[in-house]
Amino acid sequence: MKYTQGQYIITDKHAIAREIYSFTIACPEVAAAACPGQFVHIRAKGYTLRRPISICGIDKEKGTLRIVFEIRGEGTAEIAKLNKGDLIDMLAPLGHGFTVDSAFNKAVLIGGGIGTPPMLPLAKAYGEKAVVISGFRNASAVILQEDFRSTGAETILCTDDGSAGIHGFVTQPFTELAEKGGIDAVYACGPMPMLKGIAAICKEKGIYCEISLEERMACGIGACLGCACRTVRNDEEYFAHVCKDGPVFKAEEVLW
Amino acid sequence: MADLSVKVCGTDFKNPIIPASGVFGYGREYEELFPLDKLGGIATKGTTLHLRTGNLAPRIAETPSGMLNSVGLQNPGIDHFIETELPYLLTKDLVVLANIAGSTPDECAEVAAKLEDTDVHMIELNISCPNVKQGGAAFGTSCEMAAEVTKRVRAVTKKPLVVKLSPNVTSIADIAKSVEAAGADAVSLINTLLGMRIDINTGRPVLRNNVGGMSGPAVFPIAVRMVWQVANAVNIPVIGMGGVSSGRDAIELMMAGASAVQVGAAIFTDPYAPVRIVEEMNDWLDSRGIKSVKEIIGTVKPW
Repeated sequence: MKYTQGQYIITDKHAIAREIYSFTIACPEVAAAACPGQFVHIRAKGYTLRRPISICGIDKEKGTLRIVFEIRGEGTAEIAKLNKGDLIDMLAPLGHGFTVDSAFNKAVLIGGGIGTPPMLPLAKAYGEKAVVISGFRNASAVILQEDFRSTGAETILCTDDGSAGIHGFVTQPFTELAEKGGIDAVYACGPMPMLKGIAAICKEKGIYCEISLEERMACGIGACLGCACRTVRNDEEYFAHVCKDGPVFKAEEVLW
Repeated sequence: MADLSVKVCGTDFKNPIIPASGVFGYGREYEELFPLDKLGGIATKGTTLHLRTGNLAPRIAETPSGMLNSVGLQNPGIDHFIETELPYLLTKDLVVLANIAGSTPDECAEVAAKLEDTDVHMIELNISCPNVKQGGAAFGTSCEMAAEVTKRVRAVTKKPLVVKLSPNVTSIADIAKSVEAAGADAVSLINTLLGMRIDINTGRPVLRNNVGGMSGPAVFPIAVRMVWQVANAVNIPVIGMGGVSSGRDAIELMMAGASAVQVGAAIFTDPYAPVRIVEEMNDWLDSRGIKSVKEIIGTVKPW
């Protein structure tokens, strides 16, 4: 794992939904090292703890990263105040990302709410071999659908209230896909109940599944042991750390 | 370039800055960012006799100008430390303080005894962890218990013994005097202050352990006061810590009486904090024409 800390220029910023922002950041050495599923740890001016934000885009040629984040509290509100041309302080790229296997012929990528951004680099990697299912509260919270379509992936949209796409949770279309079979891998990021539901379906069908978790975090690099997550490895219970061992875990390893 | 070297219990530090136990693991994660040789020393993650899994998550909460943690002494156990982590750290040019803890005085002594045959430079005995049910802070909040556990560890080690004190007491100076009398070679302070946050939307404490240790810039004035009180009460060196985030803070803590300074939560905000603090101390000393950092220890002129 190779990571650095530095100040990088924000080359593009726009709001893509209510309180959800997209930043493009010029950081060639970070982009060169970054993999799908990893995150960046951003300093919020005036706050002790950095904020972990998943990577939504990696452009190694241009040397840029894209992040998409939601204002969840004071820290993310502070980060959202940064503008194009400002410097952003990042410790990155961090964590253990998704496994991308070119031998997989069909991958299902499932994102719930602000859990959808980390699915975009995966969709790019799998292109037409990917089916992306994304779920949101309602039509006004929908993000990144055009980005997903441009990767060549098939997209399925769900909303909790039916104001866009399928009326219901992502588990509904996923169950139908799983019934049809032929899925080599499932990748998911979103609220815990969603992840738990997907992991259960994959376990039942014997489908390989990786999930991305979040936890309150301090150092971001595995030193402070703050972001503990109960997992099983080699038949033994083990407190893994979301920042270093994750954020991506094999679903079968997680103790819910 | 000022002389930043200090001597604590006969051990030479090339500079007074030491990452505090718990924030820095065993150093490997930060070595990705800077060579450990830039540090005066390292206080390793609190290590117990056997592996400890620690507390359930969430273990971290933010507070105004600070944070709470309730990690609960998660560590791989002293044997792993001695076999895997210590030999590597000893190849680096810095002082290694092995931070140890236990549920009973016996356990603390057993851990210290295992370190006696190693080349570790100093032992930092943690009698002040607020996040474990047995031992931990319970040892650090009464003069009798603090003295008892110090005595037991003293009996099994000839290494410089630093006892890390809890601020969650009525008189930290009295605790410091007790451990001095029981054979401590130095004291380090302050460990975290017991705190709590509640999520008002759920009515649940933010930390799964309900309460946790508070650190960060918000506690710095308390650290200055306690270091000053303890330095005036004992004749052994004081290693200061608590909310230090700049070279000026480190200088202030040394003026209050600290011979060396540990840096904790500041590393989460700025992972280069310990290295930056060394540079800032040097700049401040140079700007004042002070040749050695030793000249400022305990020089506060109280009213």
